[in-house]
Amino acid sequence: MATTSTGDIEKTKSVEVKKKLNVLIVDDDPVIRKLHEIIIKSIGGISQTAKNGEEAVNIHRDGNASFDLILMDKEMPERDGLSATKKLREMKVTSMIIGVTTLADNEEERKAFMEAGLNHCLAKPLSKAKILPLINNLMDA
Amino acid sequence: MLGLGVDRLQADINRLLTSLFHQGVLDEQFLQLQQLQDETSPTFVYDVINIYFDESEKLLRSLRLLLMDREFSDYKKIGLHLNQLVGSSSSIGARRVRNVCVAFRSASELNNRPGCLRGLEIVEHEYHYLKNMMHELFQLEQQRLLAAGVRYPM
Repeated sequence: MATTSTGDIEKTKSVEVKKKLNVLIVDDDPVIRKLHEIIIKSIGGISQTAKNGEEAVNIHRDGNASFDLILMDKEMPERDGLSATKKLREMKVTSMIIGVTTLADNEEERKAFMEAGLNHCLAKPLSKAKILPLINNLMDA
Repeated sequence: MLGLGVDRLQADINRLLTSLFHQGVLDEQFLQLQQLQDETSPTFVYDVINIYFDESEKLLRSLRLLLMDREFSDYKKIGLHLNQLVGSSSSIGARRVRNVCVAFRSASELNNRPGCLRGLEIVEHEYHYLKNMMHELFQLEQQRLLAAGVRYPM
């Protein structure tokens, strides 16, 4: 079996190509990071974490990062989710970015977050049920 | 005999959980955590709850320091700490802690210092109650695993 740098596993011609979902979890709260890690693991994915938007941007600076999905918290120190999303899109990052908001965020704030370049927006707490339909669409595409 | 011990302990765990749900201390998000725990992550609930305790205690200490300062005026910082507490409490299913944090946050949005002090007392009270209940739950779970002959690193 050969493994590419993105983790794709190519098997022999009689078996389909199988890809593990590669996710970047961006949140300043270690409780949320742990929960999201386990959710991604439970659906067969692998994940890396970043404590804030600045870390998330830095991970992408050398151009080698390749995530299928980024879970982006909105409120974070150093660089918030809105700013990080804008920056990643300026850097031509094409990963699906799902914004993670709280009930305290109003409609205007959510709209601004979406307009920064999100593909979707979900409210905390995340669960498998909330995230799976979006991921299934991503894997089908 | 072992089987009876395991069954009794499981019944105690179920009774405690039912009580915590009935009191509104926990909500269905806690069930989500339990459902995510499996043989590949056998101590997930214990691990994530302990991270929650560590982080919450840092935030509560910081909130107390801020409010005890006679020159205090940084309600925005109070709000940021409470947003984090609300978020992490929701994520582990700690409904009552979450709700009292929301009430505390309302006081901070009105720059109401006496209201914030009262809010902090209530949050601390609810948090410590939750922590005691979770410790009891984990002790029962550990006893149940020992009785069933299962060993997990704790």
